[in-house]
Amino acid sequence: MKRVDDKSWVIKVGLASCGIAAGGSRVFGVFKSKLEGKDLDVELKPVGCIGMCYREVLVEVSSLKGRVFYGQVTPERVERIIDQHIIGGQPVAEWTVPQEEIDSFMSRQKRIVLRNCGIINPESIEDYLDSGGYMALHKALTKTPLDVIDEITRSGLRGRGGAGFATGVKWLMTRKAAGSPKYVICNADEGDPGAFMDRSVLESDPHSVLEGMLIAGHAIGATEGILYVRAEYPLAIQRLEKALEQAREKGFIGNEILGCDFDFNISIRQGAGAFVCGEETALIMSIEGKRGMPRLRPPFPSVSGLWGRPTNINNVETFANVPWIIANGAGAYAAYGTDKSKGTKVFALAGSIARGGLIEVPMGISIREIVNEIGGGTASGTAFKAVQLGGPSGGVIPASMSDIPVDYESINKTGAIVGSGGMIVMDEKACMVDVAKFFLNFTQDESCGKCTFCRLGTRRMLEILEKITGGEGSEADIATLEELAAEIRKSSLCGLGQNAPNPILTTLKYFRDEYMEHITARKCPAKKCQALITYIIEAEKCPGCGLCIRYCPVNAISGNKKEPHTIDPDICIRCGLCNSICRKGAVIAV
Amino acid sequence: MHTESINDKKLSLTLVDAIVFKHNVQPGAVIPVLQEIQEEYGYIPPAAIQRIANHLGVFSSDIYGMVTFYAQFRLQPPGKNVIKVCHGTACHLGGAERLTEAISQHIGTTEGRTSKDGQFTLERVACLGCCSLAPCVTVNGEIHGRLNPESVGKVVNKLKEEKTANVE
Repeated sequence: MKRVDDKSWVIKVGLASCGIAAGGSRVFGVFKSKLEGKDLDVELKPVGCIGMCYREVLVEVSSLKGRVFYGQVTPERVERIIDQHIIGGQPVAEWTVPQEEIDSFMSRQKRIVLRNCGIINPESIEDYLDSGGYMALHKALTKTPLDVIDEITRSGLRGRGGAGFATGVKWLMTRKAAGSPKYVICNADEGDPGAFMDRSVLESDPHSVLEGMLIAGHAIGATEGILYVRAEYPLAIQRLEKALEQAREKGFIGNEILGCDFDFNISIRQGAGAFVCGEETALIMSIEGKRGMPRLRPPFPSVSGLWGRPTNINNVETFANVPWIIANGAGAYAAYGTDKSKGTKVFALAGSIARGGLIEVPMGISIREIVNEIGGGTASGTAFKAVQLGGPSGGVIPASMSDIPVDYESINKTGAIVGSGGMIVMDEKACMVDVAKFFLNFTQDESCGKCTFCRLGTRRMLEILEKITGGEGSEADIATLEELAAEIRKSSLCGLGQNAPNPILTTLKYFRDEYMEHITARKCPAKKCQALITYIIEAEKCPGCGLCIRYCPVNAISGNKKEPHTIDPDICIRCGLCNSICRKGAVIAV
Repeated sequence: MHTESINDKKLSLTLVDAIVFKHNVQPGAVIPVLQEIQEEYGYIPPAAIQRIANHLGVFSSDIYGMVTFYAQFRLQPPGKNVIKVCHGTACHLGGAERLTEAISQHIGTTEGRTSKDGQFTLERVACLGCCSLAPCVTVNGEIHGRLNPESVGKVVNKLKEEKTANVE
């Protein structure tokens, strides 16, 4: 790392997928070209996800005197930042993220998994080594495998993929299982819609995951590791490939690692777009070149997994925790969290939220603290209605219950699950029946088809929800939904089917009135369900610009220029394009 | 990603063979083999399915079963530009359906299809994991976020202009 004196600067640009999508690469490029030829002591560094996704493109400018974050940076703003801040020494105050905002976003967080995210260059192993990387591997290799497992067990770490199974116990089962070779698989098939924790970790700090896998390999006596990554995450795959190459060069992966009697190789396998492959037995089927269909457990993969050999499967976030636990000790990790849920959890905070992003909080924090304090409330400024946790396997928790602590046991009691960490905040504009329908549409599509109740039951539930949102529901439908839900849960082999009814059951439990409103009054209170609303144009707000006329796919809108337009409800298909497009907010749903 | 036209690339069985042999003719490597073939052609040509099956000593229906199980694989050649609309939770709440409707209008085809001129294919994807930028789409692998029906039109029109420029 370069020596820093008080005249030297470091400029970091957040270049994870979100940052790039917001234009980060262009901002980085402009910084690079504008800095060239100038006699300035500046290190320009690409980093991963800084976490404050709502402020992308994010740029951090720091010197020994302190650091400043710039939010929503555009290529046009770069020159002034260089001239005024780097050369002139005066930050461009109106473009910086206010310190109070950073404090409220950051102060309740504890970054263990995200310890390097947004700080180091994910494509530089030197950066990782400078931040203490691979020291935990050194330490683990001086310990016996059973001591390493004991450390993980005492830390209380539980699987972060969603099920929350004790990681140490899983490792011990695989260690003790007969058979060789043994495998370590990292499940990076992050398929829950609304979840991007694993993507961010892989894109921002890939070595931490590799190091976790290596430590697991030593602990359970495995010689081969496989990273199963979603094909939809090309940047994560690219950065992992680079990290693997660097780790091999440095001798962290390969034979006789760090001079010890420990051989371990890691390869990458890309998923091919099947949500069910997040389930461990389906994932194994997929690696074996078969259709990803789950099988009955036991035997568990720890006993008979890939190619019938003992296999330990953990999620990305679980592995990223491991080096920190080994380096800092089980006690330090267990100091965070609640009695049964230790440590921290990463959440992808999105939906209608003022400050959405990637956050890591100690287990036991309340939903209210996350939404209101860290997230700054809803994006619309109206009261928040509910949060959705756990994606299609999870459920909604109403705002009235937001004081409950986020830990495995408390969340399970609500009917939702902690899941992998997607947290979608919803305001009054979200229709709960529509949300349930959205998830059921997803699960019935992703059901592998093996179990009848999952394959057909989810389809029938979706049809009922379509009937209700279409204004043709009856009260008997609700009873049928509840009956089907119970049967699907009972008769499905894997978590996909068993948890598929959760979005319906939780919305029915907490928002039954909303279902009834659809059924009895034929109204959608959130004005979301197309069959139950009519779009009209408020004449006093309509400037007659003609934009909606151009966008209407069915020519349902008419009117002369500069005169209020009208929508013909008989032609209108309620797609809502006019409502989205109108700059004056003149198109409303009634 | 596929920036050049791959619609009319002729299937080379030698290439299919090379890909299968690169993976040591292992039945376990079906997915990577199919992925590489799709990377090459933009879809899985039927003749390739038969060829892979012959090499691996399995029925072509087994390979077909894999192709249809995994959402990533296509059996039809895609258009020159592939637009995927994210339908994750945040994008759904943020108006992914409306975005799809708007894109359909701009490119003249509907979800799951390719426009008649072979320029655009419109697909849906479960979640791109860019929830903070919802709603978002990928165009030829590049992510565009914080879109609305109007701004997505600009993205599409830019692609159309590029096409016109190339012709000139």
